[in-house]
Amino acid sequence: MLKKLTDAFGVSGCEKEIRNLIKEEVKNFGDVYIDKLGNLIVHKKGKGKRVMLAAHMDEVGFIVTSIKDDGKIKFAPVGGIDSRILVSKRVVFGRTKIKGVIGYKPIHLQSEVEKNKAVDIKELFIDIGATSKEEALKYVKIGDYATFESEYVDMGRYIKAKALDDRVGCAILIDVLKENYNLDLYCVFTVQEEVGLRGATVAAYSIEPEIGLVIEGTTCADFVKDEKDFITQTGKGPAISVMDSSSIVNERLFKRIIKVAEYYKIPYQLRRGTVGGNDAGAIHKSKVGCITASISVPTRYIHSPISMINKDDYENTLKLVKRVLESLEKEEL
Amino acid sequence: MEILKKLVSIYGPSGREDMVAEFIIDNIKDYVDEIQKDVLGNVIAIKKGKGKNKIMLASHMDQIGFMVNFIDENGFLRFSNVGGINPYSLLFKRVVFKNGVEGIIAKEQKADIKELSMKDLFIDIGVGNKEEASKKVQVGDFAVLKSDFKDLGDVLVGPAFDDRLGCYILIELVKNIKDTDNDVYFVFTTQEEVGLRGAKVAAYKIQPDLAIVVDVTSTGDTPNCNKMVVKLGEGAAIKIMDRGFIVHPKVKDLLVSIAEEYNIKYQFEILDLGTTDAAEIHVSKAGVPTGVVSIPTRYIHSDSEMVSKKDIEAAINLLIKVLEKAFNL
Repeated sequence: MLKKLTDAFGVSGCEKEIRNLIKEEVKNFGDVYIDKLGNLIVHKKGKGKRVMLAAHMDEVGFIVTSIKDDGKIKFAPVGGIDSRILVSKRVVFGRTKIKGVIGYKPIHLQSEVEKNKAVDIKELFIDIGATSKEEALKYVKIGDYATFESEYVDMGRYIKAKALDDRVGCAILIDVLKENYNLDLYCVFTVQEEVGLRGATVAAYSIEPEIGLVIEGTTCADFVKDEKDFITQTGKGPAISVMDSSSIVNERLFKRIIKVAEYYKIPYQLRRGTVGGNDAGAIHKSKVGCITASISVPTRYIHSPISMINKDDYENTLKLVKRVLESLEKEEL
Repeated sequence: MEILKKLVSIYGPSGREDMVAEFIIDNIKDYVDEIQKDVLGNVIAIKKGKGKNKIMLASHMDQIGFMVNFIDENGFLRFSNVGGINPYSLLFKRVVFKNGVEGIIAKEQKADIKELSMKDLFIDIGVGNKEEASKKVQVGDFAVLKSDFKDLGDVLVGPAFDDRLGCYILIELVKNIKDTDNDVYFVFTTQEEVGLRGAKVAAYKIQPDLAIVVDVTSTGDTPNCNKMVVKLGEGAAIKIMDRGFIVHPKVKDLLVSIAEEYNIKYQFEILDLGTTDAAEIHVSKAGVPTGVVSIPTRYIHSDSEMVSKKDIEAAINLLIKVLEKAFNL
């Protein structure tokens, strides 16, 4: 499932392919509908609390801004992308599946200053092998989206693939949907998280959840010099958020999640540091407010062609999410 | 003043305002018709009048603070700021956790003082190792600045006047307004310092006809400071604009006309940096005519903020008259 999900195309604002794929997977699990912004919502009606589970479908990528006379394609990033990782990377366009490579001048032609600083994204272009604007226009139009061309690889204990942020969350939601809970459960595959939590904003508005739970693939830097800067670590279980730039987790729900993890002996870690934000930022402030928390799979190298997760972390996150839902069925917060 | 002194001593960083909320509820519940806590922890107290206008008054309960990210082998704590904090204002300041554990913020000795950032700072709670530290403090725990309340005569000094002073003023209003033509919703909001979050959902729920936020603002009256017209002791500040908000002209006129009618000292405020709950409230749903009455405050977000008693008194007098009056917007 994760292979299918991560191989699929779905840059923010252009989530059709990934949405269709997920829709096919979940069609028998509840009432399935797509809202005006493109969120895919699966409603499993029930008598219990109204719970919204959210994972975003969209991934970071590129959008074509102009095509030069020599057939080179200029682009802008969609979502937060580090320009240092882009040079010589392979990309693929969503609409036509045309492949290209991100070009930049070779080291021989770079000045000493250029060698020592990050390249400006504006100096980069996508080369699809076209030699003129006319030729390029046969395959690519202004406004077309591209993402990294990258394949899912099973490494044994680890998985590497693009877009694990947040297809890993999507995979967990699909697995959760296979179960039945005594909850009025909405599983929402949101759009446009990477550009500003936009899908989640309108989904939460229409659903009016009592409890929101965001499932993410979150920053993991468990290889930098100083352990205090790791944010999360792979292999140490799901990361439970306390606070990030978009929300402070509801204390009661936070404590409940910890209690559940400890009761079932599921390894967990707290997400350290407050950088970054996710759909919880939009959900908890919706209308009259919503009790909201985030549980994440630690993911190395997010927003790049290859991100990496530990399989045990995936399994433990799934287990924890299921157990938390069971606990919400049974016991008031 | 006893209530204000207590208010500024209660632990209540953004997202962890429960103890402040309980104190406020205890102090006002006998004076209001209805009181509730909403999903994000806002305390909403309603005092019913003749129902002419539905007025929302808002002050935030939360204060800036720190969240522990990491405990090192020797028991030193690394932290993130909760709300906007200048790292220089933290050097060698005392902090306190919810459970009463105290510590000192210090800097890595070799860190460059000219480029000081939160990453260079740590909290020392006086233990020898990680294990001992973990008995007192966990990753994810929040702390606040600790200092005491002092009455210096004309002015008061203490922590968290931003915005416990607003909360204090609202409590005074709850207790002192008599017959009012208006239904008044006193809202003690959460998470202002991290993004005006409580006020957003409270305004959505209440849908007021008029909102007035009571918060602190900076001053331009200290040596070699940024230019700003607001001065300590020159009266309640009626906000004209800040980064996120422009006062509704009718609300401004209302505040000014009442201040002049009753001879209450006021000044205008234009704030270059920062904003308040008003920024979220005035764009709630179909819009809410909103104003802000600010208390001029020196050294905001430090452990020793300074305010003038006269300004507090002026703000209370002004707001009592506004609430009691039957006006047409």
